[in-house]
Amino acid sequence: MAESRFVYVTYIRTTPEKLWRALIDPEFTRRYWCETYQVSEWKPGASWKSMIPDGRVADAGEILEIEPNNKLVLTWQNQFIPDLQAEGHSRLTYELEVVGESVKLTLTHEIDRPNSQLIDAVSSGWPHLLASLKSLLETGESLVETRKWPEGM
Amino acid sequence: MPANVDNLFKALADPGRRLLLDRLYADNGQTLGQLCEHLDMTRQAVTKHLKLLEKANLVVTLWRGREKLHYLNPVPIHDIAERWIGKFERRRLSVLAELKKRLEGETDG
Repeated sequence: MAESRFVYVTYIRTTPEKLWRALIDPEFTRRYWCETYQVSEWKPGASWKSMIPDGRVADAGEILEIEPNNKLVLTWQNQFIPDLQAEGHSRLTYELEVVGESVKLTLTHEIDRPNSQLIDAVSSGWPHLLASLKSLLETGESLVETRKWPEGM
Repeated sequence: MPANVDNLFKALADPGRRLLLDRLYADNGQTLGQLCEHLDMTRQAVTKHLKLLEKANLVVTLWRGREKLHYLNPVPIHDIAERWIGKFERRRLSVLAELKKRLEGETDG
């Protein structure tokens, strides 16, 4: 295989509007995404970055495609772990689709290289964050382990 | 359809399907043809298993060009861990903590 890819599909009892907000709004992401928040003008071609609470940049890239409440595609390069940064840009896609009383969220994180360390790393991170996001939207509470940026990281 | 718990456990209750999950864990994003290699199952059997795994949301498929790739979806396994392991583990840990407290209490007294 010439690429590495992580795929995640979850059903969340919410609306596309609420889920969309939770994916990009700092007020939400800080609660389930380890206190990080994203900075972007959220339009095609705009820069995008995800900030660590201490002021460092976690990941950065560019918005490729954006259809509010429906689809978001952006490039993503790690900025704080040299080995991962060296792999260059990956691509993250969120797709939202109403299914009955839920929204089906499909997340695809991919990079054009085999055996990517970045994809390995995010493969263990995303399940926690997305389970926490689901919990936050469905119950109002995120999962405890995703509320704080990990110490020393 | 959001997968229900019955579909999930049904999907896991078959050695062939568990083997397919193991194969995807080892090498995620395979075509049907790749999954069939070195397996002692017919293509039809693998197709049927994959359908059930998809229904249970354990496997998701993506089209890339003319290839349909199969990916392991970690969500249901994570949910099982949370619901069926984490909960009981916590209970076990709290029982141990209680025992420790009592034993230590005894030495003190």
